Amino acid sequence: MIKDYLFEEKLPLFWCAGCGNGIVLQAILRNIDKRGFTRENIVITTGIGCWGKADDYVTTNSFHGTHGRALPFSTGIKLANPSLNVFTLMGDGDGITIGGNHLIHAARRNVDLVAIMVNNLNYGMTGGQYSGTTPKHAITKTSPYGHVENGFDVCKVVQAAGAPFVARGTVYDVVQLDRLISKAIDHKGFSFVEVISPCPTHFGRSNKLGDAPKMMQWIKDNTISREKAAGMTSDELQGKFVTGIFEEREQEDYSTAYQKVIDSLRGGENE
Amino acid sequence: MKTITINETWCKKCGICAAFCPKKVFDRDEDGKPLAVRPEDCIGCRLCEMRCPDFAVTVEG
Repeated sequence: MIKDYLFEEKLPLFWCAGCGNGIVLQAILRNIDKRGFTRENIVITTGIGCWGKADDYVTTNSFHGTHGRALPFSTGIKLANPSLNVFTLMGDGDGITIGGNHLIHAARRNVDLVAIMVNNLNYGMTGGQYSGTTPKHAITKTSPYGHVENGFDVCKVVQAAGAPFVARGTVYDVVQLDRLISKAIDHKGFSFVEVISPCPTHFGRSNKLGDAPKMMQWIKDNTISREKAAGMTSDELQGKFVTGIFEEREQEDYSTAYQKVIDSLRGGENE
Repeated sequence: MKTITINETWCKKCGICAAFCPKKVFDRDEDGKPLAVRPEDCIGCRLCEMRCPDFAVTVEG
């Protein structure tokens, strides 16, 4: 039962009506339950922001860190005890904006963990300011006349940084999301899943996208599979969410490589 | 027949379950609260349960 991993006493969830965070949390807990992980052999780490509240609702080990720093804490946890299954939950403000530097280095090091970045295209908790993923021309509290910058394609960033598993899904397509999280858990190494999610309270309201169902429909209408996107120009892909698996390859992870150094310095006594 | 339960304390009336049910099992009352009025049409796909942002929908049977 996924509810074994859910702190039911703390519900209803803190998030706004129609916020996608709960959908992602449910998908994560469903996969954790399917694997038969125990509450003791998992650590869920979070940073700051709406999605950073997720650890409050789980009965597993958890660590609530500082803004943008969930990955450094996760790296430390994994280094100290490589047998733990580490899940790092970040938002777009936390993961790629404040914590962008940590994201690329955790990907480069290939720390063996599952990193799930919920991208709602703005800073929700602080009132809807633009983040590093806010699309060009979007209205936010800090871009009331339209955003002049381009948002990151986070999957491309993480891929370029060297992560061996990189994927993007949406909270609309929950069946695909389930599969992507499942594959990320199975993949050894830094496994990154970006999830496009609605923020009806801020991004939705500022851009007149309507209520939660309308925002879900907007996500659905603007989603294109990786395969279909391959034949499209960058102009055609402007404002679209390309979903699927972008990287899936074997590569020795950080803990394994580190252990080899330890073993070699011990003169092979463990071999 | 499937049993669809909605936890009214957890539900925030966002309307996602009702909007995307492929069999239109739900209606919403004047407050936006979802009501599973046609459970006999439910095919048990559980998309309402999986898409509920508040763990409020359960489909059994």
